[in-house]
Amino acid sequence: MTVTLDIQMRRRGFLLDVKFNAPAGVSVIFGPSGSGKTTLLRAVAGLDLVDHGHISIDHVDMAGVAPHRRAVGYVFQEPRLLPHLTVLGNLKFAQKMGRLVSGQSFDDVTDLLELRALLQRYPVALSGGEAQRVALGRALLSAPKCLCLDEPLSALDQELKQRILPYLERLRDQTKIPILYVTHDATEMARLADHIVLMRAGKSVLSGPVSEVLTDPAAVPFLGIRAAGTVILGCVESPDPTTGLAVMSFAGGRLILPELVQPIGHKVRIRIAAQDIVLANKMPNGLSALNILQGVISDFHHGQGPGVMVQFKVGETFFLARVTQYSAVQMGLALGQTVFAIVKASAFDPAGIGS
Amino acid sequence: MSWLSLSPVEFQALTLSLWVAGVSVLVSLPVATAVAYVLARCRFWGHSLLNALVHLPLVLPPVVTGYLLLLAFGRHGVFGPVLEIFGLQLAFTSAGAALAAAVMAFPLIVRAIRLSIESLDPKLEEAARTLGASPVKLFVFVILPLIFPGILAGAVVGFAKALGEFGATITFVSNIPGETQTIASAIYALLQVPGQEVAVARMIGFSILLSFGALLLSEILARRMVRR
Repeated sequence: MTVTLDIQMRRRGFLLDVKFNAPAGVSVIFGPSGSGKTTLLRAVAGLDLVDHGHISIDHVDMAGVAPHRRAVGYVFQEPRLLPHLTVLGNLKFAQKMGRLVSGQSFDDVTDLLELRALLQRYPVALSGGEAQRVALGRALLSAPKCLCLDEPLSALDQELKQRILPYLERLRDQTKIPILYVTHDATEMARLADHIVLMRAGKSVLSGPVSEVLTDPAAVPFLGIRAAGTVILGCVESPDPTTGLAVMSFAGGRLILPELVQPIGHKVRIRIAAQDIVLANKMPNGLSALNILQGVISDFHHGQGPGVMVQFKVGETFFLARVTQYSAVQMGLALGQTVFAIVKASAFDPAGIGS
Repeated sequence: MSWLSLSPVEFQALTLSLWVAGVSVLVSLPVATAVAYVLARCRFWGHSLLNALVHLPLVLPPVVTGYLLLLAFGRHGVFGPVLEIFGLQLAFTSAGAALAAAVMAFPLIVRAIRLSIESLDPKLEEAARTLGASPVKLFVFVILPLIFPGILAGAVVGFAKALGEFGATITFVSNIPGETQTIASAIYALLQVPGQEVAVARMIGFSILLSFGALLLSEILARRMVRR
């Protein structure tokens, strides 16, 4: 299944002009607030009308199709549960609202989101995180052909976000429908995205697979310095015998990580921000850092500030490092040059490590 | 306890009042809910005209409303011949008393329901639509249960109004004991005769009791709703 859209809509003073394809998996729509992300999702769900262009879901044109016939599951920023129904009632409501295809089974969804203990409660008796999980479950049970998640974690505190992210990761790995995920949080993006669409002032400026977009120096102005970096998919290996620390192997080498909740043999996904990498032009020694990767410089991006983004390739994996213009000149960094990347320990923030 | 025992005429007035108030509210509720929804949610040409029309019985002198009903539904009224075809007579009948009470209570019921529709969060409706709820299902499964307290409030206020309605009723259906004499018109009739103070007090007592009972019942129902 896939969502294709190419739409123009005029909204209070700005023009939304977006074009991209969202295949199965999570497509994160990333951009500052006011860049039209929510309007975009509302258009997909049919809640806002498009001026020009077309939206198709699973190759069916959505022009003139009412929201209740679109089969777009929508999770809003706030849970929007029906207050007169219990959690069970809310979930059953979604199931019985007259979709022809049967959705995911009730048991699968309640297990995935661990809703079983909440079923008899009314929405007023739920915490923010619980309510948002129910909203997610409700959307899944409506047999959607596409899911729209509009900053579903933005109303939650950091701790709750960390508790819900694993549910979303599981959801991503278990469903085969396109999920449009709007956020302006780089951590969420790095943990969940299969694809990224960058938005700026109503336009989709760049889109592609997560590993390409996040390490594309041209994307840095849209991502912001903090969000730029690489997302590495790897596999947990047995702990390093000399250090006793966890080891992750990826296409390009191995990384030693402080701690992992994922057991041996499991997939792990980590983000290394560009600002957490230090470059050297010779193999350094006598460092406390555990991870030193050898790579070849493949691209540069000079921004307006004093920094330079350096893209380099380690094995099959692209990385991004941020250094100052001054050191780039001092070190004589050039395309094709071999560099050694020292990954700071602070890169491995547990919040950024997903599965 | 002899002062408590009702004369047949008084008993008839009491049961007729309950019947008139009950029927008028039951008949008004669906129409009032529909009109309240249209007034709250739809913007169309003639919106303020409909709004004014609904509120007319509230601002007109009840006698005028009663007379207008007579002009419309009396035997020689505009709709009189049509009613005759169906063998219906409204003027000077208990059904007419219910119609007069319904017309007078209608604006109050519409107001109560409209307020609760306007206080609905449209975000919930959006959510229900994305879950696949068609407009009809949305109304039945989301809007109706959520505005139920408003409908209840409208029913109680309407019931109380219908119970006490006097001016339009006496103009449209007169004051015939056993047929159109409600508590209010019975009290009026009793007041015309000297020496009926005990009977008047009794009727007034029942009138207060009924209104109070209705209020209490709605309070209990509303509380049960909230507790859920």
